[in-house]
Amino acid sequence: MNAPNKSGWKPAMNADGESIGGPATHTGNRALMLEEKLIFEIGGTDTTGVDLPAPDLSAPRRMGGLDRDARIGLPGLSEPETVRHYTRLSRQNYAIDLGLFPLGSCTMKHNPRLNEKVARMPGFADLHPMAPSTTTQGALAVIHELGEWLKTLTGMPAVAMSPKAGAHGELCGILAIRAALEARGDARKVVLCPESAHGTNPATAAFAGYEVEDIPATPEGRVDLAALEARLGPDVAAVMITNPNTCGLFERDFRKIADAVHAGGGLVYCDGANFNAIVGRVRPGDLGVDAMHINLHKTFSTPHGGGGPGSGPVVFSEALAPFAPLPFVEKNDDGFVLVEEETAGDRHSNSFGRMTAFHGQMGMFTRALTYILSHGADGLKQVAEDAVLNANYVLRKLEDVLHAPFADSGPCMHEALFGDKGFAEGLSTLDLAKGLIDEGYHPMTMYFPLVVHGAMLVEPTETESKAALDQFIGAMRSVAERAIAGDETLKTAPHYAPRRRLDETLAARKPVLAWAEPAAE
Amino acid sequence: MSRYFTDEHEWIEIEGDTATIGITDYAQSQLGDIVFVEVPSAGTQVTKGADAAVVESVKAASDVYAPIAGTVLEGNPALEEDPALVNTAPETDGWFFKLTVADKSELDGLMDEAGYKAFVAGL
Repeated sequence: MNAPNKSGWKPAMNADGESIGGPATHTGNRALMLEEKLIFEIGGTDTTGVDLPAPDLSAPRRMGGLDRDARIGLPGLSEPETVRHYTRLSRQNYAIDLGLFPLGSCTMKHNPRLNEKVARMPGFADLHPMAPSTTTQGALAVIHELGEWLKTLTGMPAVAMSPKAGAHGELCGILAIRAALEARGDARKVVLCPESAHGTNPATAAFAGYEVEDIPATPEGRVDLAALEARLGPDVAAVMITNPNTCGLFERDFRKIADAVHAGGGLVYCDGANFNAIVGRVRPGDLGVDAMHINLHKTFSTPHGGGGPGSGPVVFSEALAPFAPLPFVEKNDDGFVLVEEETAGDRHSNSFGRMTAFHGQMGMFTRALTYILSHGADGLKQVAEDAVLNANYVLRKLEDVLHAPFADSGPCMHEALFGDKGFAEGLSTLDLAKGLIDEGYHPMTMYFPLVVHGAMLVEPTETESKAALDQFIGAMRSVAERAIAGDETLKTAPHYAPRRRLDETLAARKPVLAWAEPAAE
Repeated sequence: MSRYFTDEHEWIEIEGDTATIGITDYAQSQLGDIVFVEVPSAGTQVTKGADAAVVESVKAASDVYAPIAGTVLEGNPALEEDPALVNTAPETDGWFFKLTVADKSELDGLMDEAGYKAFVAGL
């Protein structure tokens, strides 16, 4: 089962299943693996794909001296050329619809087709954001009901639906914390983040005007409660903690941490990026969280990673609810209303403002609510259980070959974390990742979290069957064994991808960001 | 002239009141290919242990801390054009910045070369 491509004869194999090189082709294509030029190199700039009426050049010029004085140089492709270009490119892409996508802390789960069907219903898909609310009652009901689910699942009394991604939600939460502290005349300066925090956490705090300080981790990979308590004081505005954390572990001391922070007059932000592992099992409100964003594009299966926009609603505690942003959806006797500046009045005079112009990512709300309703409360609980079970299966099946620094810290949650200890001299996590591409997988998250040398972070999600996990584990094991044995061919992987290893250093040092027309010969 | 090392993998060379600061060969080997370096501008006041520069490799972006307090004399202008100097000559031409030392007693507790070698060997 773990050997690659033994199931049938392949044109590039001999009878023993060994790879044999074929002759070079005239086109550079390898059968259905097609080479593709840049779009600028396909269409000539003297051709066009559209048939416009000839302009009336005798008409008076009204450009005020701003007439174009040179060719724009846009490629003129016909419709079939354009369609083929993008279709060919899409075939070189890797997607969750093609296979297991083990990116840690990204929750690359299946995007159910039912979500897509509902989101495409014309009553949702064709709505204009400025349509009067009497004509958008169904859409407002969706936003409201989804918000109610998120409040119930987190045990938190208020929600802001408008933030449009995880980091946008973080900013929303921190701005609410800042507004609450300033409202009580107690502006504070410092936000504490654990060493293993998502990079967006310190970035958010800095963007909101705070100084950021690290909190160290214990050897078992959790927040050092004693060090945190020692640092708390009247200058600490908030603590930002991811739970489960980026080492894949549940922060068992979260309630104690929250109590200590509250006792010191600060507030608690929880990064909910990894909520998938605890949805239906743990209510962050019970842990003392004041604000937490929820990535609908992770836990609630809306497409991401190039496939769709993010959406990051934020839930709030009683302490922060008055400071939540506008607009929000409210249910009254006449139905649903969108409460905005004009209608909020005294009921929401402490709101810190707005995160976005409109309601948020409507297309993601329909998908996320579809996901929630199709699973039900019991189904969501099973999502968390299966996601954790799958991650632990990967961890325990690979810990004998890959260094698992926190293997003794108890069961992992949504993701399994490995390090590069034991690899042969000169072979790195990057080489293993490239080898995994040859095995037909998108590599895992690597070199994060920074607290583990050569980190590899694998999040299989509940999407994968045992068979799919076994094949992936087999591939990981095979490539890891090559890295330990010092297999030189791994240094030049990938060997079978449309492109060999790219020069990332050159790309970063001397990036070519714009196409330039080649000089005429 | 004497050279000291920190447990954050910076080296600091003292010549009179002037300190030259960079990252060690071990640090560059861990970071991998350096693609960008941001150094402090002349006149910047830095305190011991505070962020003073940023180094970015294909793997990660990291802060470089001031191992000692002082006033920045200059950042290494060569690193803007050629950050790879940090990979090829980390402890010579790839220096990050020079500063006027405020208080030499802050050097107490830093490691000498032998001490740093032993520290790295233990990692």
